[in-house]
Amino acid sequence: MKRPTPGKRDAKESRPPERADQALVTLDNVVFSRGERRILNGLTLHAERGRITAIMGGSGSGKTTILNLIGGRIRPDAGRVVVDGLSVPDLDTDDLYALRKRMALLFQTGALFTDLTVFENVAFPIREHTRLPEDLLRTVVLMKLETVGLRGARDLVPSELSGGMARRVALARAIALEPMIIMYDEPFTGLDPISKGVIAKLIQELNQTLGITSIVVSHDVVETCMISDYAYIVGEGRIIGEGTPKELQRSSSAHVRQFMEGLPDGPVPYQHPASDYLKDLLEERSE
Amino acid sequence: MNAIQQLGAGVLNSVERLGRATLFLYDVAAGSGPLFRRFFLVVQQIYAVGVLTLLIIMVSGLFVGMVLGLQGYNTLVRFGAEESLGLLVALSLVRELGPVVTALLFAGRAGSALTAEIGLMKATEQLAGMEMMAVNPITRVIAPRFAGGIIAMPLLAALFSAVGVLGGHIVGVGLLGVDAGAFWSQMQSGVDFRDDIVNGVIKSVAFGVTVTWIAVFEGYDAVPTSEGVATATNRTVVYSSLAVLGIDFILTALTLGEV
Repeated sequence: MKRPTPGKRDAKESRPPERADQALVTLDNVVFSRGERRILNGLTLHAERGRITAIMGGSGSGKTTILNLIGGRIRPDAGRVVVDGLSVPDLDTDDLYALRKRMALLFQTGALFTDLTVFENVAFPIREHTRLPEDLLRTVVLMKLETVGLRGARDLVPSELSGGMARRVALARAIALEPMIIMYDEPFTGLDPISKGVIAKLIQELNQTLGITSIVVSHDVVETCMISDYAYIVGEGRIIGEGTPKELQRSSSAHVRQFMEGLPDGPVPYQHPASDYLKDLLEERSE
Repeated sequence: MNAIQQLGAGVLNSVERLGRATLFLYDVAAGSGPLFRRFFLVVQQIYAVGVLTLLIIMVSGLFVGMVLGLQGYNTLVRFGAEESLGLLVALSLVRELGPVVTALLFAGRAGSALTAEIGLMKATEQLAGMEMMAVNPITRVIAPRFAGGIIAMPLLAALFSAVGVLGGHIVGVGLLGVDAGAFWSQMQSGVDFRDDIVNGVIKSVAFGVTVTWIAVFEGYDAVPTSEGVATATNRTVVYSSLAVLGIDFILTALTLGEV
Protein backbone atom coordinates (compact mmCIF):
# COMPACT_ATOMS: atom_id res chain seq x y z
CA MET A 1 0.00 0.00 0.00
CA LYS A 2 1.37 3.34 -0.97
CA ARG A 3 1.72 5.65 1.99
CA PRO A 4 1.39 9.40 1.70
CA THR A 5 4.39 11.62 2.24
CA PRO A 6 3.96 12.60 5.84
CA GLY A 7 3.41 16.09 7.01
CA LYS A 8 3.06 17.69 3.61
CA ARG A 9 -0.67 17.59 3.03
CA ASP A 10 -3.73 18.28 4.99
CA ALA A 11 -5.71 15.44 6.52
CA LYS A 12 -8.13 14.87 3.67
CA GLU A 13 -5.46 14.85 0.97
CA SER A 14 -3.17 12.54 2.86
CA ARG A 15 -5.80 9.85 3.47
CA PRO A 16 -5.48 7.01 1.03
CA PRO A 17 -8.79 5.25 0.36
CA GLU A 18 -7.39 1.90 1.60
CA ARG A 19 -7.02 3.19 5.14
CA ALA A 20 -10.62 4.39 5.21
CA ASP A 21 -11.84 1.03 3.89
CA GLN A 22 -10.01 -0.98 6.53
CA ALA A 23 -10.75 1.43 9.33
CA LEU A 24 -12.39 0.20 12.50
CA VAL A 25 -12.50 3.75 13.81
CA THR A 26 -13.04 6.82 11.66
CA LEU A 27 -13.15 10.45 12.65
CA ASP A 28 -14.25 12.50 9.69
CA ASN A 29 -13.88 16.27 9.67
CA VAL A 30 -14.62 16.47 13.40
CA VAL A 31 -15.10 19.82 15.08
CA PHE A 32 -15.23 20.09 18.88
CA SER A 33 -15.17 23.14 21.13
CA ARG A 34 -15.08 23.54 24.88
CA GLY A 35 -16.65 26.87 25.70
CA GLU A 36 -15.05 29.49 23.48
CA ARG A 37 -12.00 27.35 22.80
CA ARG A 38 -11.94 25.20 19.67
CA ILE A 39 -10.14 21.94 20.48
CA LEU A 40 -10.59 20.07 17.19
CA ASN A 41 -11.08 21.87 13.93
CA GLY A 42 -11.90 19.55 11.06
CA LEU A 43 -9.84 16.59 12.23
CA THR A 44 -9.89 13.40 10.16
CA LEU A 45 -8.19 10.12 11.02
CA HIS A 46 -8.60 6.37 10.70
CA ALA A 47 -7.55 3.47 12.92
CA GLU A 48 -7.16 0.28 10.94
CA ARG A 49 -8.41 -3.07 12.19
CA GLY A 50 -5.79 -5.11 14.03
CA ARG A 51 -3.14 -2.38 13.82
CA ILE A 52 -1.57 -0.03 16.34
CA THR A 53 -2.40 3.55 15.47
CA ALA A 54 -0.61 6.28 17.36
CA ILE A 55 -1.94 9.78 17.92
CA MET A 56 0.84 12.07 19.03
CA GLY A 57 0.84 15.74 19.86
CA GLY A 58 1.74 18.26 22.49
CA SER A 59 -0.06 18.71 25.78
CA GLY A 60 -3.47 20.28 25.27
CA SER A 61 -3.54 19.46 21.55
CA GLY A 62 -6.79 17.50 21.90
CA LYS A 63 -5.47 13.93 21.93
CA THR A 64 -7.53 12.79 24.92
CA THR A 65 -10.55 14.57 23.45
CA ILE A 66 -10.24 12.27 20.45
CA LEU A 67 -10.44 9.21 22.73
CA ASN A 68 -13.43 10.67 24.56
CA LEU A 69 -15.17 11.21 21.22
CA ILE A 70 -14.49 7.62 20.15
CA GLY A 71 -15.77 6.33 23.51
CA GLY A 72 -18.91 8.44 23.24
CA ARG A 73 -18.17 10.39 26.42
CA ILE A 74 -18.56 13.65 24.48
CA ARG A 75 -20.27 14.53 21.20
CA PRO A 76 -18.68 16.46 18.36
CA ASP A 77 -20.06 19.83 17.29
CA ALA A 78 -19.75 18.67 13.67
CA GLY A 79 -18.34 15.77 11.71
CA ARG A 80 -18.64 11.99 12.03
CA VAL A 81 -17.26 9.56 14.61
CA VAL A 82 -17.72 5.98 13.42
CA VAL A 83 -16.67 2.83 15.28
CA ASP A 84 -17.21 -0.55 13.63
CA GLY A 85 -19.78 0.99 11.30
CA LEU A 86 -21.74 2.66 14.10
CA SER A 87 -22.08 6.42 14.33
CA VAL A 88 -21.15 6.93 17.99
CA PRO A 89 -22.85 10.33 18.59
CA ASP A 90 -26.15 8.93 17.28
CA LEU A 91 -26.26 5.90 19.58
CA ASP A 92 -28.75 5.82 22.43
CA THR A 93 -27.53 4.87 25.92
CA ASP A 94 -28.19 1.13 25.54
CA ASP A 95 -26.44 0.90 22.17
CA LEU A 96 -23.56 3.03 23.41
CA TYR A 97 -23.09 0.75 26.43
CA ALA A 98 -23.28 -2.30 24.11
CA LEU A 99 -20.50 -0.77 22.02
CA ARG A 100 -18.44 0.08 25.09
CA LYS A 101 -18.49 -3.58 26.12
CA ARG A 102 -16.41 -4.16 22.98
CA MET A 103 -13.95 -1.36 23.62
CA ALA A 104 -11.63 -0.46 26.48
CA LEU A 105 -9.95 2.76 27.51
CA LEU A 106 -6.78 2.65 29.55
CA PHE A 107 -6.72 5.90 31.51
CA GLN A 108 -3.51 7.77 32.21
CA THR A 109 -4.03 7.26 35.95
CA GLY A 110 -5.12 3.65 35.58
CA ALA A 111 -8.46 4.54 37.21
CA LEU A 112 -8.34 1.45 39.41
CA PHE A 113 -10.99 1.12 42.10
CA THR A 114 -9.12 1.99 45.25
CA ASP A 115 -11.37 -0.04 47.56
CA LEU A 116 -10.86 -3.27 45.61
CA THR A 117 -7.88 -5.60 45.40
CA VAL A 118 -6.00 -6.17 42.16
CA PHE A 119 -7.95 -9.42 41.67
CA GLU A 120 -11.31 -7.74 42.24
CA ASN A 121 -10.40 -4.86 39.94
CA VAL A 122 -9.77 -7.26 37.07
CA ALA A 123 -12.84 -9.30 37.99
CA PHE A 124 -15.05 -6.18 38.08
CA PRO A 125 -16.10 -5.99 34.39
CA ILE A 126 -16.53 -9.78 34.25
CA ARG A 127 -18.79 -9.76 37.28
CA GLU A 128 -20.79 -6.84 35.91
CA HIS A 129 -21.37 -8.25 32.43
CA THR A 130 -21.29 -12.03 32.75
CA ARG A 131 -22.56 -14.69 35.09
CA LEU A 132 -19.43 -16.81 35.15
CA PRO A 133 -19.23 -19.27 38.04
CA GLU A 134 -16.71 -18.19 40.65
CA ASP A 135 -14.12 -20.86 39.84
CA LEU A 136 -14.16 -20.03 36.14
CA LEU A 137 -13.99 -16.30 36.92
CA ARG A 138 -10.94 -16.95 39.09
CA THR A 139 -9.24 -18.78 36.23
CA VAL A 140 -9.98 -15.98 33.76
CA VAL A 141 -8.73 -13.27 36.14
CA LEU A 142 -5.53 -15.17 36.90
CA MET A 143 -4.92 -15.65 33.16
CA LYS A 144 -5.32 -11.92 32.56
CA LEU A 145 -3.00 -11.10 35.46
CA GLU A 146 -0.47 -13.64 34.20
CA THR A 147 -0.54 -11.88 30.80
CA VAL A 148 0.63 -8.65 32.44
CA GLY A 149 2.98 -10.46 34.83
CA LEU A 150 1.11 -9.59 38.02
CA ARG A 151 -0.52 -12.86 39.04
CA GLY A 152 1.51 -12.68 42.24
CA ALA A 153 0.12 -9.24 43.08
CA ARG A 154 -3.51 -10.33 43.07
CA ASP A 155 -4.09 -9.57 46.75
CA LEU A 156 -2.54 -6.12 46.78
CA VAL A 157 -4.66 -2.97 46.77
CA PRO A 158 -3.98 -0.11 44.32
CA SER A 159 -2.24 2.03 46.96
CA GLU A 160 0.42 -0.69 47.25
CA LEU A 161 1.22 -0.65 43.51
CA SER A 162 3.82 1.39 41.65
CA GLY A 163 2.69 3.54 38.71
CA GLY A 164 3.82 0.94 36.19
CA MET A 165 2.14 -1.91 38.07
CA ALA A 166 -1.10 0.07 38.37
CA ARG A 167 -1.14 0.58 34.62
CA ARG A 168 -0.49 -3.12 34.03
CA VAL A 169 -3.41 -4.03 36.30
CA ALA A 170 -5.56 -1.52 34.42
CA LEU A 171 -4.44 -3.22 31.21
CA ALA A 172 -5.41 -6.63 32.59
CA ARG A 173 -8.82 -5.18 33.48
CA ALA A 174 -9.11 -3.64 30.02
CA ILE A 175 -8.62 -7.00 28.31
CA ALA A 176 -10.87 -8.87 30.76
CA LEU A 177 -13.77 -8.91 28.31
CA GLU A 178 -11.49 -9.30 25.27
CA PRO A 179 -12.45 -6.07 23.52
CA MET A 180 -12.07 -5.43 19.80
CA ILE A 181 -10.32 -2.13 20.46
CA ILE A 182 -8.19 -0.72 23.26
CA MET A 183 -7.46 2.97 23.57
CA TYR A 184 -4.41 3.96 25.60
CA ASP A 185 -4.34 7.46 27.04
CA GLU A 186 -0.71 8.47 27.66
CA PRO A 187 0.37 4.95 28.67
CA PHE A 188 4.04 5.92 29.16
CA THR A 189 3.69 9.16 31.11
CA GLY A 190 5.44 9.21 34.48
CA LEU A 191 6.99 5.75 34.13
CA ASP A 192 10.63 4.73 34.51
CA PRO A 193 12.40 3.35 31.40
CA ILE A 194 11.87 -0.28 32.42
CA SER A 195 8.14 0.20 33.04
CA LYS A 196 7.85 2.05 29.72
CA GLY A 197 9.46 -0.91 27.99
CA VAL A 198 7.11 -3.33 29.75
CA ILE A 199 4.01 -1.36 28.77
CA ALA A 200 5.23 -1.00 25.17
CA LYS A 201 5.86 -4.74 24.98
CA LEU A 202 2.41 -5.51 26.40
CA ILE A 203 0.64 -3.19 23.96
CA GLN A 204 2.46 -4.85 21.07
CA GLU A 205 1.88 -8.40 22.35
CA LEU A 206 -1.82 -7.85 22.95
CA ASN A 207 -2.15 -6.39 19.50
CA GLN A 208 -0.37 -9.31 17.86
CA THR A 209 -1.67 -12.25 19.90
CA LEU A 210 -5.29 -11.16 20.41
CA GLY A 211 -5.61 -9.12 17.21
CA ILE A 212 -6.90 -6.16 19.20
CA THR A 213 -7.01 -2.84 17.37
CA SER A 214 -5.02 -0.34 19.40
CA ILE A 215 -5.05 3.43 19.51
CA VAL A 216 -2.20 4.90 21.49
CA VAL A 217 -2.40 8.54 22.46
CA SER A 218 0.96 9.78 23.63
CA HIS A 219 3.59 12.47 23.51
CA ASP A 220 6.41 9.99 24.13
CA VAL A 221 7.86 9.89 20.64
CA VAL A 222 10.43 7.09 21.06
CA GLU A 223 8.20 4.47 22.68
CA THR A 224 5.20 5.30 20.55
CA CYS A 225 7.12 5.15 17.27
CA MET A 226 8.69 1.87 18.38
CA ILE A 227 5.36 0.03 18.58
CA SER A 228 2.98 1.81 16.21
CA ASP A 229 2.13 0.81 12.66
CA TYR A 230 0.86 4.22 11.68
CA ALA A 231 0.95 7.55 13.44
CA TYR A 232 -0.84 10.87 13.34
CA ILE A 233 0.48 14.12 14.77
CA VAL A 234 -2.19 16.48 16.09
CA GLY A 235 -1.70 20.21 16.31
CA GLU A 236 -3.90 23.28 16.04
CA GLY A 237 -6.98 21.05 16.20
CA ARG A 238 -6.17 19.02 13.10
CA ILE A 239 -3.76 16.44 11.73
CA ILE A 240 -0.50 18.17 10.88
CA GLY A 241 1.35 15.04 9.89
CA GLU A 242 0.78 11.34 9.38
CA GLY A 243 2.54 8.25 8.15
CA THR A 244 4.52 5.30 9.39
CA PRO A 245 6.95 6.18 12.18
CA LYS A 246 9.86 6.00 9.72
CA GLU A 247 8.11 8.33 7.31
CA LEU A 248 7.44 10.80 10.08
CA GLN A 249 11.07 10.73 11.17
CA ARG A 250 12.12 11.59 7.60
CA SER A 251 9.49 14.29 7.22
CA SER A 252 10.52 17.73 6.05
CA SER A 253 7.43 19.42 7.51
CA ALA A 254 8.41 22.05 10.08
CA HIS A 255 5.46 21.05 12.31
CA VAL A 256 6.40 17.38 12.26
CA ARG A 257 10.12 18.01 12.74
CA GLN A 258 9.49 20.29 15.70
CA PHE A 259 7.46 17.61 17.45
CA MET A 260 9.60 14.60 16.54
CA GLU A 261 12.83 16.36 17.53
CA GLY A 262 11.38 18.17 20.55
CA LEU A 263 12.42 21.65 19.39
CA PRO A 264 11.33 24.37 21.85
CA ASP A 265 10.38 26.89 19.15
CA GLY A 266 8.93 26.54 15.69
CA PRO A 267 5.44 26.49 14.18
CA VAL A 268 4.24 25.83 17.74
CA PRO A 269 5.61 29.01 19.34
CA TYR A 270 7.54 29.02 22.60
CA GLN A 271 5.64 32.09 23.76
CA HIS A 272 1.97 31.85 24.65
CA PRO A 273 0.09 34.43 22.52
CA ALA A 274 0.39 37.81 24.22
CA SER A 275 0.32 41.52 23.43
CA ASP A 276 3.49 43.44 22.52
CA TYR A 277 6.16 42.86 25.21
CA LEU A 278 7.44 46.45 25.43
CA LYS A 279 3.93 47.87 25.44
CA ASP A 280 2.95 45.43 28.16
CA LEU A 281 5.89 46.46 30.37
CA LEU A 282 5.18 50.17 29.91
CA GLU A 283 1.51 49.71 30.74
CA GLU A 284 2.50 47.95 33.94
CA ARG A 285 4.73 50.88 34.92
CA SER A 286 2.11 53.54 34.11
CA GLU A 287 -0.39 51.75 36.40
CA MET B 1 -25.61 47.49 39.53
CA ASN B 2 -22.75 45.04 39.91
CA ALA B 3 -24.19 43.76 43.19
CA ILE B 4 -27.59 43.22 41.57
CA GLN B 5 -25.95 41.37 38.70
CA GLN B 6 -24.07 39.17 41.14
CA LEU B 7 -27.23 38.49 43.09
CA GLY B 8 -29.05 37.58 39.88
CA ALA B 9 -26.22 35.32 38.76
CA GLY B 10 -26.20 33.67 42.19
CA VAL B 11 -29.95 33.03 42.09
CA LEU B 12 -29.76 31.65 38.54
CA ASN B 13 -26.88 29.41 39.51
CA SER B 14 -28.76 28.11 42.56
CA VAL B 15 -31.91 27.40 40.54
CA GLU B 16 -29.86 25.67 37.86
CA ARG B 17 -28.11 23.48 40.46
CA LEU B 18 -31.43 22.62 42.10
CA GLY B 19 -32.74 21.59 38.68
CA ARG B 20 -29.70 19.42 38.06
CA ALA B 21 -30.01 17.89 41.53
CA THR B 22 -33.66 17.05 40.84
CA LEU B 23 -32.82 15.40 37.51
CA PHE B 24 -30.03 13.55 39.28
CA LEU B 25 -32.51 12.30 41.90
CA TYR B 26 -34.75 11.06 39.08
CA ASP B 27 -31.79 9.23 37.49
CA VAL B 28 -30.91 7.64 40.83
CA ALA B 29 -34.50 6.51 41.37
CA ALA B 30 -34.66 5.15 37.81
CA GLY B 31 -31.32 3.39 38.26
CA SER B 32 -32.29 1.73 41.55
CA GLY B 33 -34.18 -1.17 39.96
CA PRO B 34 -31.20 -3.56 39.74
CA LEU B 35 -30.54 -3.11 43.46
CA PHE B 36 -33.35 -5.55 44.28
CA ARG B 37 -31.32 -8.26 42.52
CA ARG B 38 -28.02 -7.12 44.05
CA PHE B 39 -29.05 -6.12 47.52
CA PHE B 40 -25.59 -6.92 48.89
CA LEU B 41 -24.45 -3.59 47.38
CA VAL B 42 -26.97 -1.79 49.63
CA VAL B 43 -25.98 -3.90 52.65
CA GLN B 44 -22.34 -2.84 52.14
CA GLN B 45 -23.42 0.79 52.20
CA ILE B 46 -25.68 0.33 55.23
CA TYR B 47 -22.53 -0.91 56.96
CA ALA B 48 -20.42 2.01 55.67
CA VAL B 49 -22.85 4.83 56.47
CA GLY B 50 -24.83 3.17 59.26
CA VAL B 51 -22.77 0.76 61.33
CA LEU B 52 -19.66 2.94 61.18
CA THR B 53 -21.72 5.91 62.41
CA LEU B 54 -23.08 3.97 65.39
CA LEU B 55 -20.43 5.04 67.88
CA ILE B 56 -20.93 8.79 67.48
CA ILE B 57 -24.72 8.35 67.44
CA MET B 58 -24.86 6.25 70.58
CA VAL B 59 -22.41 8.34 72.58
CA SER B 60 -24.22 11.52 71.55
CA GLY B 61 -27.61 9.96 72.32
CA LEU B 62 -26.44 8.95 75.76
CA PHE B 63 -25.20 12.43 76.64
CA VAL B 64 -28.20 14.22 75.14
CA GLY B 65 -30.48 11.93 77.20
CA MET B 66 -28.46 12.59 80.34
CA VAL B 67 -28.62 16.36 79.83
CA LEU B 68 -32.37 16.11 79.19
CA GLY B 69 -32.67 14.19 82.44
CA LEU B 70 -30.81 16.88 84.38
CA GLN B 71 -32.56 19.85 82.79
CA GLY B 72 -35.97 18.20 82.85
CA TYR B 73 -35.68 17.24 86.50
CA ASN B 74 -34.51 20.74 87.42
CA THR B 75 -37.63 22.26 85.85
CA LEU B 76 -40.20 19.59 86.76
CA VAL B 77 -39.19 19.41 90.40
CA ARG B 78 -40.30 23.04 90.88
CA PHE B 79 -43.85 21.95 90.08
CA GLY B 80 -43.63 18.64 91.88
CA ALA B 81 -43.92 16.86 88.56
CA GLU B 82 -40.54 15.09 88.51
CA GLU B 83 -42.31 11.76 87.98
CA SER B 84 -43.10 12.94 84.45
CA LEU B 85 -39.38 13.01 83.66
CA GLY B 86 -39.57 9.78 81.63
CA LEU B 87 -42.36 11.22 79.48
CA LEU B 88 -40.48 14.48 78.92
CA VAL B 89 -37.27 12.73 77.94
CA ALA B 90 -39.02 10.25 75.64
CA LEU B 91 -41.18 12.83 73.84
CA SER B 92 -38.26 15.22 73.38
CA LEU B 93 -36.16 12.47 71.88
CA VAL B 94 -38.71 10.63 69.78
CA ARG B 95 -40.39 13.68 68.29
CA GLU B 96 -37.51 16.13 67.93
CA LEU B 97 -34.03 15.53 69.18
CA GLY B 98 -33.68 11.96 67.97
CA PRO B 99 -34.34 12.62 64.27
CA VAL B 100 -32.82 16.12 64.18
CA VAL B 101 -29.58 15.54 66.10
CA THR B 102 -29.07 12.18 64.39
CA ALA B 103 -29.53 13.85 60.98
CA LEU B 104 -27.02 16.57 61.86
CA LEU B 105 -24.48 14.01 63.07
CA PHE B 106 -25.25 11.80 60.07
CA ALA B 107 -24.57 14.73 57.73
CA GLY B 108 -21.28 15.49 59.45
CA ARG B 109 -20.00 11.94 59.58
CA ALA B 110 -21.63 9.83 56.84
CA GLY B 111 -22.74 12.61 54.45
CA SER B 112 -19.33 14.21 54.24
CA ALA B 113 -17.70 10.78 53.81
CA LEU B 114 -20.10 9.93 50.96
CA THR B 115 -19.37 13.22 49.18
CA ALA B 116 -15.62 12.88 49.59
CA GLU B 117 -15.65 9.26 48.41
CA ILE B 118 -17.72 9.94 45.30
CA GLY B 119 -15.85 13.18 44.55
CA LEU B 120 -12.50 11.40 44.77
CA MET B 121 -13.79 8.58 42.58
CA LYS B 122 -14.63 11.25 40.03
CA ALA B 123 -11.30 13.04 40.40
CA THR B 124 -9.34 9.80 39.95
CA GLU B 125 -11.42 8.85 36.88
CA GLN B 126 -12.91 5.78 38.56
CA LEU B 127 -16.42 6.85 37.56
CA ALA B 128 -15.30 7.57 34.01
CA GLY B 129 -13.55 4.20 33.95
CA MET B 130 -16.77 2.54 35.00
CA GLU B 131 -18.70 4.32 32.25
CA MET B 132 -16.15 3.14 29.70
CA MET B 133 -16.65 -0.42 30.97
CA ALA B 134 -20.34 0.00 30.11
CA VAL B 135 -21.24 0.11 33.80
CA ASN B 136 -23.57 2.94 34.80
CA PRO B 137 -22.01 4.66 37.85
CA ILE B 138 -25.44 5.94 38.91
CA THR B 139 -26.66 2.36 39.25
CA ARG B 140 -23.44 0.83 40.58
CA VAL B 141 -22.10 3.58 42.87
CA ILE B 142 -24.76 6.21 43.61
CA ALA B 143 -27.99 4.22 43.97
CA PRO B 144 -26.64 1.75 46.59
CA ARG B 145 -25.26 4.63 48.67
CA PHE B 146 -28.54 6.53 48.38
CA ALA B 147 -30.57 3.47 49.43
CA GLY B 148 -28.11 2.68 52.22
CA GLY B 149 -28.41 6.19 53.63
CA ILE B 150 -32.20 6.16 53.55
CA ILE B 151 -32.36 2.82 55.35
CA ALA B 152 -29.63 3.61 57.88
CA MET B 153 -30.88 7.03 58.99
CA PRO B 154 -34.20 5.99 60.67
CA LEU B 155 -32.43 3.06 62.35
CA LEU B 156 -29.76 5.39 63.71
CA ALA B 157 -32.42 7.86 64.90
CA ALA B 158 -34.27 5.04 66.70
CA LEU B 159 -31.05 3.95 68.39
CA PHE B 160 -30.26 7.55 69.33
CA SER B 161 -33.66 7.90 71.01
CA ALA B 162 -33.39 4.54 72.76
CA VAL B 163 -29.93 5.28 74.13
CA GLY B 164 -31.09 8.80 75.04
CA VAL B 165 -33.97 7.42 77.11
CA LEU B 166 -31.46 5.18 78.81
CA GLY B 167 -29.27 8.23 79.54
CA GLY B 168 -32.29 10.07 80.99
CA HIS B 169 -33.03 7.03 83.16
CA ILE B 170 -29.45 6.84 84.44
CA VAL B 171 -29.54 10.47 85.54
CA GLY B 172 -33.18 10.73 86.62
CA VAL B 173 -33.61 7.39 88.38
CA GLY B 174 -30.02 6.50 89.16
CA LEU B 175 -28.66 9.86 90.32
CA LEU B 176 -31.60 12.11 91.15
CA GLY B 177 -33.89 9.55 92.75
CA VAL B 178 -36.96 9.68 90.50
CA ASP B 179 -39.13 6.61 90.99
CA ALA B 180 -38.31 4.01 88.31
CA GLY B 181 -41.92 2.80 88.03
CA ALA B 182 -43.20 6.34 87.53
CA PHE B 183 -40.46 7.05 85.00
CA TRP B 184 -41.44 4.11 82.76
CA SER B 185 -45.23 4.13 83.31
CA GLN B 186 -45.58 7.85 82.52
CA MET B 187 -43.61 7.24 79.36
CA GLN B 188 -45.72 4.22 78.41
CA SER B 189 -49.02 6.02 78.90
CA GLY B 190 -47.96 9.37 77.44
CA VAL B 191 -46.13 8.39 74.27
CA ASP B 192 -48.55 7.76 71.43
CA PHE B 193 -47.44 5.36 68.73
CA ARG B 194 -49.03 7.19 65.80
CA ASP B 195 -48.65 10.80 66.87
CA ASP B 196 -45.19 10.56 68.35
CA ILE B 197 -43.26 7.53 67.13
CA VAL B 198 -44.59 7.38 63.57
CA ASN B 199 -44.13 11.12 63.12
CA GLY B 200 -40.58 10.78 64.42
CA VAL B 201 -39.92 7.97 61.97
CA ILE B 202 -41.39 10.04 59.10
CA LYS B 203 -39.05 12.87 60.04
CA SER B 204 -36.01 10.63 60.15
CA VAL B 205 -36.85 9.11 56.74
CA ALA B 206 -37.30 12.62 55.28
CA PHE B 207 -33.96 13.68 56.76
CA GLY B 208 -32.32 10.50 55.48
CA VAL B 209 -33.51 11.19 51.94
CA THR B 210 -32.47 14.85 52.14
CA VAL B 211 -29.02 14.37 53.63
CA THR B 212 -28.11 11.40 51.42
CA TRP B 213 -29.43 13.13 48.30
CA ILE B 214 -27.36 16.23 49.02
CA ALA B 215 -24.28 14.12 49.84
CA VAL B 216 -24.32 11.96 46.71
CA PHE B 217 -25.21 14.87 44.43
CA GLU B 218 -22.45 17.10 45.77
CA GLY B 219 -19.95 14.27 45.32
CA TYR B 220 -21.11 13.49 41.78
CA ASP B 221 -21.22 17.16 40.83
CA ALA B 222 -17.88 18.05 42.46
CA VAL B 223 -15.18 19.74 40.43
CA PRO B 224 -12.67 16.88 40.02
CA THR B 225 -9.81 18.51 41.89
CA SER B 226 -8.73 18.39 45.53
CA GLU B 227 -10.15 21.88 46.07
CA GLY B 228 -13.39 20.89 44.33
CA VAL B 229 -13.85 17.84 46.55
CA ALA B 230 -13.12 19.91 49.67
CA THR B 231 -15.71 22.50 48.61
CA ALA B 232 -18.28 19.79 47.87
CA THR B 233 -17.74 18.15 51.26
CA ASN B 234 -18.14 21.50 52.96
CA ARG B 235 -21.35 22.18 51.03
CA THR B 236 -22.79 18.81 52.01
CA VAL B 237 -22.46 19.55 55.71
CA VAL B 238 -23.76 23.13 55.45
CA TYR B 239 -26.66 22.45 53.04
CA SER B 240 -27.69 19.25 54.84
CA SER B 241 -27.74 20.92 58.25
CA LEU B 242 -29.79 23.87 57.00
CA ALA B 243 -32.14 21.61 55.06
CA VAL B 244 -32.71 19.35 58.08
CA LEU B 245 -33.59 22.31 60.32
CA GLY B 246 -35.88 23.84 57.69
CA ILE B 247 -37.67 20.58 56.91
CA ASP B 248 -37.99 19.87 60.64
CA PHE B 249 -39.96 23.07 61.09
CA ILE B 250 -42.24 22.27 58.16
CA LEU B 251 -42.87 18.69 59.26
CA THR B 252 -43.44 19.72 62.88
CA ALA B 253 -45.93 22.38 61.77
CA LEU B 254 -47.73 19.84 59.58
CA THR B 255 -47.90 17.14 62.25
CA LEU B 256 -49.02 19.49 65.02
CA GLY B 257 -51.42 21.25 62.65
CA GLU B 258 -50.97 24.52 64.48
CA VAL B 259 -49.57 26.72 61.73
